[in-house]
Amino acid sequence: MDILRFITAGSVDDGKSTLIGRLLYDSKSILIDQLAAIEKQTKNKLNGEIDLALLTDGLRAEREQGITIDVAYKYFSTDKRKFIIADAPGHIQYTRNMVTGASNAELAIILIDARNGVVEQTRRHSIITSLLNIPHVVVAINKMDLVNYSEDVYNNIVIDYEQVAKSLGLKEVKYIPISALNGDNIVDKSAKFSWYEGEPLLTYLENVQLDSDVNLTDPRFSVQYVIRPQAPELHDYRGYAGKVISGIYKKGDAVTVLPSGTETTIKSIEIGETEVNEAYAMQSVVFHLDDDVDVSRGDMIVPTNNQPQTEQEFEVLLCWMDNKPLIPGNKYLLQTNSNRVRSVVKDIEYKLDVNTFEKNYSPEKAVLNDIIKATIKTSSPVSFDSYKKLRQNGGAILIDETSCVTVGACMIQ
Amino acid sequence: MNKYHLDYLGQLESEAIHIMREVAGQFEHPALLFSGGKDSITLVHLALKAFRPGKFPFPLVHIDTGHNFPEALDFRDQLVETIGEKLIVAKVEETIKQKNLTEQKGKFASRNALQTFTLLDVIEEYKFDALIGGARRDEEKARAKERIFSVRDEFGQWNPKLQRPELWNIYNGKIHKGENVRAFPISNWTELDIWNYIKRENIELPSIYFAHEREVIEHEGQLVSVSAHIKLDSTDVVLKRKVRYRTVGDMTCTAAVESNAYDLDGIITEIIATKTSERGETRIDDKVSEAAMEDRKKGGYF
Ligand SMILES: Nc1nc2c(ncn2[C@@H]2O[C@H](COP(=O)(O)OP(=O)(O)O)[C@@H](O)[C@H]2O)c(=O)[nH]1
Repeated sequence: MDILRFITAGSVDDGKSTLIGRLLYDSKSILIDQLAAIEKQTKNKLNGEIDLALLTDGLRAEREQGITIDVAYKYFSTDKRKFIIADAPGHIQYTRNMVTGASNAELAIILIDARNGVVEQTRRHSIITSLLNIPHVVVAINKMDLVNYSEDVYNNIVIDYEQVAKSLGLKEVKYIPISALNGDNIVDKSAKFSWYEGEPLLTYLENVQLDSDVNLTDPRFSVQYVIRPQAPELHDYRGYAGKVISGIYKKGDAVTVLPSGTETTIKSIEIGETEVNEAYAMQSVVFHLDDDVDVSRGDMIVPTNNQPQTEQEFEVLLCWMDNKPLIPGNKYLLQTNSNRVRSVVKDIEYKLDVNTFEKNYSPEKAVLNDIIKATIKTSSPVSFDSYKKLRQNGGAILIDETSCVTVGACMIQ
Repeated sequence: MNKYHLDYLGQLESEAIHIMREVAGQFEHPALLFSGGKDSITLVHLALKAFRPGKFPFPLVHIDTGHNFPEALDFRDQLVETIGEKLIVAKVEETIKQKNLTEQKGKFASRNALQTFTLLDVIEEYKFDALIGGARRDEEKARAKERIFSVRDEFGQWNPKLQRPELWNIYNGKIHKGENVRAFPISNWTELDIWNYIKRENIELPSIYFAHEREVIEHEGQLVSVSAHIKLDSTDVVLKRKVRYRTVGDMTCTAAVESNAYDLDGIITEIIATKTSERGETRIDDKVSEAAMEDRKKGGYF
């Protein structure tokens, strides 16, 4: 069993809440008391069927009831997988929330109302999916019951979306016609889609290949914490604790500490006090190095023959997330994994129109939810990979030192 | 599947350890809030994996309402002795005396609301800037939106409308003086994940998590343990039932469930079969209102 983290994106009323409710309900992740609560709220409805959308707040409900509008995480599991849904609001004013939800997602479900086809919001959700480099995309064409389960309608939407996918370079796109309301093609294949050859949504989610998303070829490790026991018998113990970002590390590997460039070897690897011969992507481990080198939090330990870039100036695609605008020349803290340095945003090359994908060159500033391309200069060298190559080592956040708030999400180019 | 594949419990474990180490790396005075329940016992287990053979870079802090299950307190003391880490016990009783607080009245008079005061006092006394807690996002709607690093102002308040974006696995623990961060390493775990992990790791738990005979009364369909903290009235019928606890909080606000599960396999089987959420079944205090949790969190409760 493994974990699939996915995000759901759609415009208001496309059926996102209904779809999530349906997935939770049909996978039996909804419990009696939660069901009782929504049944109570659905009582005054005519048909007596429960409104699955109520299981998630839904943007409308959130607005009306003054509930926080933000990414909400939902959980369900089947025998095959544990699923973590980042349920993000889709409206343009919540772009930063979608970016937040998308940052950890391995798959995006982009909902399209079959009656409306590809709309402006679809394009925006798709560009965020592409910028954040989410490896798998499902285009769920919903409300097929309202278009008589028509194959033509479906095909036309697929043709339209293929254009979008092509212009954004989205690689793995899966199209599934559904009716979230009726549960068609969600858990079970529906007879109403006799013309549809593929599998239903849940089956796809259960089987989509995730192993290949894990990079096992470029070992990266960022030191989070140095373990130095005070006990006299462990006087010489010096363990570098962190999580293997990617790749495989073996005892005896020739490694380099960045940014200093000091070369050494991995003396031993521990996981929870047990010595192991190798450690791989996603494992939290402790490394011991051969020489008494100077390593501290934020440093990277990487193979000497396969190193990331180490630079003081680089280009980023950046989603601005603060109410105060970003003006070239502004200074922020830049954090990559466990490393924090001072930085300045030098110039903004262009602002991306997320609806038309057009670039508007040389804007004066960036405001909340803008996506821009900019150059960043840092006070000391930063080690990274390009976001496209290695998501886990190509993302960075900007922190406003005066408000302490996270104000920007950078994808290093 | 290749051999370099971390299974789902391994992924959750590693994520939790990563979060704890970020707390250790980013803060000067962190602490781990230890309630005595399975979630915080799991946190201690994860901290052992994160920091041994070193010492924990934080003490354990228990906000003691005085309404604890004796079994849970014994277990706490035993655990602390075994691992040899520092435990700070802050008593709500003391805060009530010092601050002239008014206790709730009624049959199930709970000190749940009062623990906030004690918590804020300990934070101030020890200058804690980060508190690791065992909250999970699957517990409740308000928690579902909370960040893993969640900033609280100097009154301990959470502002759900002003949450920092939290991207990738990059945690921003930068705060102003007087603020603190609540860090939730097991945010992404569900109740079942916790039980599966406890089983996989063979983690010891207080005996009340397993089926045992207990004197209880029935209150609105829930079984509440008879104890010195609950005033029985003439209509109450004391029953002897075979029960276990799904969560262990205060005796006044945690209900038991009838059970025949004497071991972890039994519990896991029962949980898969149950159709009631953990909070719905065992928390007497949550029924008050749908928004109960969001309100209490805003007010500094965990
Ligand atoms: N006919 C039909 N209606 C749907 C379907 N999915 C959702 N709806 C309805 O569309 C409306 C908006 O759905 P909701 O899930 O709240 O949309 P959201 O705003 O995207 O979360 C509701 O009235 C739903 O009942 C579907 O597959 N078919």
